[in-house]
Amino acid sequence: MNYRMISYVLGWILVFEAAFMAVPLITAAVFAEGSTAIWFGVTAGICLAIGGLLILVKKPEKKRLFSREGFVIVALSWIALSVFGALPFFLSGAIPSYIDALFETVSGFTTTGASILSDVEALPKSILMWRSFTHWVGGMGVLVFVMAFLPLSGGQNMHIMKAESPGPSVSKLVPRVKTTALLLYSIYFVLTLIEFIMLLCGGMTGFEALNTAFATAGTGGFGIYNSSIGNFSPYIQIVVTVFMLLFSVNFNSYFFLLNRKFREAFNTEVIVFFIIVVTAVTVITLDNRALYPETGDSLRNSAFTVASLISTTGFSTVDFNAWSELSRTILVIIMFIGACAGSTGGGIKVSRFIILFKSLGKELKVMVHPKQIKKIKIGSHPIEHETVRSVSVFMIAYLVVFVMSLVVISFDNHDLITNFTAVTASINNIGPGLELVGPTQNFSFFSVPSKIVLIFDMLAGRLELFPMLLLFTPSTWKK
Amino acid sequence: MQTVGKNSLFLGKRDFLDIIIVGCGKVGQALAEQLNEQGSNITVIDLDGNKIDALTSRCDVMGVVGNGATHLVQQEAGIARADLLIAVTGSDELNLLCCLIAKKAGNCRTIARVRSPQYSSEAPFLKDELGLAMVINPELAAAQEIARVLRFPSAMKIETFSRGRVELLKFRLPEDSPLAGLAVKEISSKLMCDVLVCTIERGDEAYIANGNFIFEGKDVISIVASPKKANDFFRKINYKTNSVRDVLITGGGELGHYLTEILLRSGISVKIIEKDLKRCEELSELWDEVTVINGDASDQNVLLEAGLEEAGAFVALTNLDEENIMLSLFAKSAGSAKLVTKINRIEFDEVIKHLDLDTIIYPKNITSDTIIRYVRSFKRTEGSNVERVYQFIKGKVEASEFTITDESAVTNIPLMELTLKPGVLVAAILRDKKVIIPRGSDVIMSGDTVVIVSNIVGLHDIADILK
Repeated sequence: MNYRMISYVLGWILVFEAAFMAVPLITAAVFAEGSTAIWFGVTAGICLAIGGLLILVKKPEKKRLFSREGFVIVALSWIALSVFGALPFFLSGAIPSYIDALFETVSGFTTTGASILSDVEALPKSILMWRSFTHWVGGMGVLVFVMAFLPLSGGQNMHIMKAESPGPSVSKLVPRVKTTALLLYSIYFVLTLIEFIMLLCGGMTGFEALNTAFATAGTGGFGIYNSSIGNFSPYIQIVVTVFMLLFSVNFNSYFFLLNRKFREAFNTEVIVFFIIVVTAVTVITLDNRALYPETGDSLRNSAFTVASLISTTGFSTVDFNAWSELSRTILVIIMFIGACAGSTGGGIKVSRFIILFKSLGKELKVMVHPKQIKKIKIGSHPIEHETVRSVSVFMIAYLVVFVMSLVVISFDNHDLITNFTAVTASINNIGPGLELVGPTQNFSFFSVPSKIVLIFDMLAGRLELFPMLLLFTPSTWKK
Repeated sequence: MQTVGKNSLFLGKRDFLDIIIVGCGKVGQALAEQLNEQGSNITVIDLDGNKIDALTSRCDVMGVVGNGATHLVQQEAGIARADLLIAVTGSDELNLLCCLIAKKAGNCRTIARVRSPQYSSEAPFLKDELGLAMVINPELAAAQEIARVLRFPSAMKIETFSRGRVELLKFRLPEDSPLAGLAVKEISSKLMCDVLVCTIERGDEAYIANGNFIFEGKDVISIVASPKKANDFFRKINYKTNSVRDVLITGGGELGHYLTEILLRSGISVKIIEKDLKRCEELSELWDEVTVINGDASDQNVLLEAGLEEAGAFVALTNLDEENIMLSLFAKSAGSAKLVTKINRIEFDEVIKHLDLDTIIYPKNITSDTIIRYVRSFKRTEGSNVERVYQFIKGKVEASEFTITDESAVTNIPLMELTLKPGVLVAAILRDKKVIIPRGSDVIMSGDTVVIVSNIVGLHDIADILK
């Protein structure tokens, strides 16, 4: 284990976090919030000091990173980002308890959007901006970005990229990790910018539009109003719906589109994703006819909610907790499905389900013809046995983490739907669940141990389980 | 067709080469690693997904699993924007097919590794007709390297042009060299030697030779000549090339075949020990002056009977690395021959180094080195009619090989009437397989290949040599 290299990278992460503080600081300057600005400054100072210390004290002699260092660096970096990112909330008094502040920050970076705040409108604007900005930073992942600027040879970045990027397998767009990262971040940036401009056109203020764009781009879901997106015009709601869906498509598709490779862009995963969305929206719209007399309203609200939950954003326009059992069941199912691999969304990912269903089909066929040899394919691409195996293992790990979390938070003695959807919303990085954690509620009533479990779930869900689980595996730390 | 054009969106104009390597064997891996380090963008193609996985997690390259000779796979690897495709799979035919398809699918140069002597002997035809930039034969390249070691161990550098017919040799004059005090133009008159002096390095300075330059001891000079003429020249200036006079080769495979040919060309006598009777007969039919011995080299008596104790050099080229090492160790104890050992497979460089076996030849490394040298000169030769470029004297001086296809300002005019830029030297003209070391009265004609040595880095066109 190359500890020195790990602390070196962690140092750089903290320096970058200090730089991120510039965004809320500028907001504070614009809205003349001097008393909050100080705490952002203090946090930036702390990050710079500790980060600088970690970087400068001892330069790593060996720069080589192996797979396990990649996982450990990713897990520890996200923890470090959250631990220090929580300081402004805590120090400024916006969130009096540190655990709550940490919960809010982890929820931000992991693009969950689950909040412990009951009245966000009372918070200073710079704090709101920091909350939304953590979504944007966390959405695309911060480590690949940082690694692209550190002088490391590429094979090592690949370990980091594999550990941080969502989805069963990672593919580069171009031969170099650095160029690939730059391409993906450019797409991310441009899409966010387009949404920002379209929201401005819909009559949002610059502050509202920026926050909403950040929260949509990262598929986060922190709103700046207690009613989330509910009080905005139908135009705004439709724009947000469209962009939630756009950000849950594999970003590689945009690269292929730009290069006019349409077959690669509209691959099986993207098509299946949209089939699921259309089916869910249709069923829920029909199911909600009684609630919304106007078909347009019904369609808009169903589409918004489905997009919000399948993209794992977690915005809301209406209280879907009050919908019928059929609609609520469908919503919970799409929470698990989640977005496409390689997007900013969370969840189990459409491509994993495709692989799982195909391997189920394969197993059934093999039972009929025991000697049959069959390879699973997505589109025309055969899926390596390794990938199938790792998807199956992922599902097992997912189940274990899910069930254990559910058991621990059940000690709080809330109802099963609340507990079940709270864990679902955390591990899939969605935000709101049903009943007590429904879209109009928040997570503040959970006990401290439950909050810590949910914090772990959010991090584990964002990093796709293995980096976090490896932290607790003894053999990771052995020589 | 894909349209990831040369200036595709986001990628902008590129400073680095995009290179596709087909085949992830030892050579493919070495190439990927080294070229990637030098800043090229590498995509590797192999049928074996595990090999791709191993390589992509070790260095920053993209991997595509599939048959590199199919259009689809090449497209996926981005042939449309590639500058160069290097085919180094185990099969000659596959390599050639890869290059052919790449040529049609994209606008890139291609390099094929071709092992079999049947194809290899047709390398010029393949290059011209199939449009390959380079056909590399690992055995031939290794043979050239071995020949260099045997023929001229004290040379600092030998570059070959036109498939070995012309050589550029760089070496240091001894302090008491008879050349000291002579002017460059006196070489042909006083020594009656047909060689051309190109550069002289004295201290930190490098000069392009002109006729009035006077040699001093300890100068590092480079000359252009055919191999035979060069040997002649060295004899006349009493320069000790430490060349061996006779060589004992064990293993009459392709490498042995190539080596023998080169050694004979520079007047070194050769004995070959080969196990297989049929192969022996084939070899003996090729050359009259070579002694071919049918026997097992691992039998000490065979070696001793073949004259190991008196041999000037012993070259172990059997197919077994371990056997080669053992044979060389025995040769070391039995006589005073200079040793050359071929190692194909095993990788314990450190251990082998301690065995003190004079020279170890790794054909695989030679292959990758040769390709890398080509890639280095690649950028420089883009958009010009330069065939190859060699940089020497730390990049201050270049030797470029031009093919003259059209009549131009330099053709059909005696060299002495051309007003060349200062620091430009026409070092050799190759016409109809004949080497002309140019004098003032010689002319460049259409169809010639011309070697230009100059301190103007970046000559793009033969016309650039004129004032």
